[in-house]
Amino acid sequence: MSAVLQVENLRKHFVTKKGFPRPKTVTVRAVEDVSFTIGEGEAFGLVGESGCGKSTVARALLRLIEPDAGRVLYRGEDFRAARGEALKSFRRRMQIVFQDPYSSLDPRQSIGSALVEPMRVHGIAEGAAARRRAAALLEEVGLPPAALDRFPHEFSGGQRQRIGIARALTVEPELIIADEPVSALDVSVQAQVLLLMKELRQRRGLAFLFVSHDLSVVRWFCDRVAVMYLGRIVEEGPAARVLAEPMHPYARILRDASPVPDPARRAALPRIMGEIPSAANPPPGCPFHPRCAQAMDVCSRTLPRWTPAPGEGQGGVACHLHG
Amino acid sequence: MSAATEDPLSAGEIAPPPPSAWKRAIGKARSNPTTLVGALICLLILAGAVFAPWISPYDPADQDIINRLQPPGGDYLLGTDQFGRDILSRLLWGAQISLSVSLSAILAAMVIGGAIGMISGYVGGRFDLLVMQVMDVLLSFPSLILGLIVVALLGPDLVNLIVAIALTAIAPFARIARAPTLALKERAFVEAGRALGYSHARIIFRHILPNITSEVMVMGTLWLATAVRVEASLSFIGLGVKPPTPTWGGMTRDGFENILDAPWLAVFPGIAILLLVLGLNMVGDGLRDATDPKLRNE
Repeated sequence: MSAVLQVENLRKHFVTKKGFPRPKTVTVRAVEDVSFTIGEGEAFGLVGESGCGKSTVARALLRLIEPDAGRVLYRGEDFRAARGEALKSFRRRMQIVFQDPYSSLDPRQSIGSALVEPMRVHGIAEGAAARRRAAALLEEVGLPPAALDRFPHEFSGGQRQRIGIARALTVEPELIIADEPVSALDVSVQAQVLLLMKELRQRRGLAFLFVSHDLSVVRWFCDRVAVMYLGRIVEEGPAARVLAEPMHPYARILRDASPVPDPARRAALPRIMGEIPSAANPPPGCPFHPRCAQAMDVCSRTLPRWTPAPGEGQGGVACHLHG
Repeated sequence: MSAATEDPLSAGEIAPPPPSAWKRAIGKARSNPTTLVGALICLLILAGAVFAPWISPYDPADQDIINRLQPPGGDYLLGTDQFGRDILSRLLWGAQISLSVSLSAILAAMVIGGAIGMISGYVGGRFDLLVMQVMDVLLSFPSLILGLIVVALLGPDLVNLIVAIALTAIAPFARIARAPTLALKERAFVEAGRALGYSHARIIFRHILPNITSEVMVMGTLWLATAVRVEASLSFIGLGVKPPTPTWGGMTRDGFENILDAPWLAVFPGIAILLLVLGLNMVGDGLRDATDPKLRNE
């Protein structure tokens, strides 16, 4: 399996000035040293609670916000160095589906125009041919061709999300970055949209970076998964292993907090201690140690090294318990 | 949401394209009597200006020395001025100047100011800060003073008058265009455009512009009133279009010399200015209320 996307040591800090009369510079370390690889046709999940930097990773690797450091390699080519036409051709290969279907479509643009525009910009198709392609894409995502002449406000959230997916497909990408693609939708609609994405993945051989906080969705959709905490990946590996038998204490708590729809297995949920620390002032050592039940002395002093999990291709973990 | 997920397409009926905010505003404003009266006043004056060559009873420049300073009534409906020129005819022809100067100035300000505001808001950062500070400096001058400076520097003629008035209105249009741009550029569809490889120009003019036009248009109506007033004021102090071309401001000033024995000379052009400014403000207020999202659902 060759890698479609390699992300190495990605970093994004947000610097703001706060306070009056003497403003202090506050650095929010949203993404701190994140690395992962997505193989061809692979669905890679990125999970973590809100504020852990997972959406920032999605935006930074697409350069919707410029990352501060690190490398993003698309099939071995440096995406971060691309300018002008080279950047534009990279844009064809990676597309994004957004969380909020209500803001992801231009309210003044008809669906047909929204689908034809990317084809024209990239010289894929023009005029009637482009319109035919747009209709075919709509059909592929389960909407009738009549939708071409409609405007976004005429569609429900689930339908808009389908349109957003169709728009991402107009340029025939190999990798789709789905930033919480179903978390704004009703549960019943979630299932439809997820099914659609899985179908597209199989039919078109798409690779996915699937950003989500919903473990059950990630378990169902993804091959591999990485758990993020405070801007770092703390555990990574095959979805089945990481979500069933997590090694990192945080991943374990995350797993236990995900409800199991079975009253027979009702159990007292282990409570996580405290709040997620501010990314503007992360704790020294392991970022999780202030909330960790198994914290040791070393945890507050040194950042744990990345340790491979036992077994072939089982990923790894950044925790002193396993170091 | 299950109700909302009902497929609007299976219903069979063809929904018309969504009315733009602008059309919605016009529809709403029509039900407001104040706006209607304002629109009626503006339309009457516009008709007077457009049809002046056919409906004005006399040539606005014709001097009837025998009938100087005739009071209203008789052969001359609104009287004559100190050169025996028909005031009604001069008012109708003067409306052309008032309206064309104001309209072209506001149109220019709308295009230039709107572009500045959109680009500044979209680019953001220090550039935005700098541009907006320049705009704030422009805003700090009352429009009459700024117009005065420009006309004094460039010399009074029709084009310079338009330039002067346009310049005073650029800053407010830049502000009104920038605010919604700031909100829109955070929307995911702008990010989607960037991810799809759209140029910044495409995003600004194809995706942001259509979403802010209604706000800018409403502002345009209100500023049209200001432009009429500034044009009249500049003409009044002699910095407008040169005589003998009739302008409302110029007529008011000329009439001032005879204000005691022939008040109609100054009063009628004054009333004309008042009516036009009032009418434009009524229309603008109505449109603004109609586009105000807080009032939209009432």
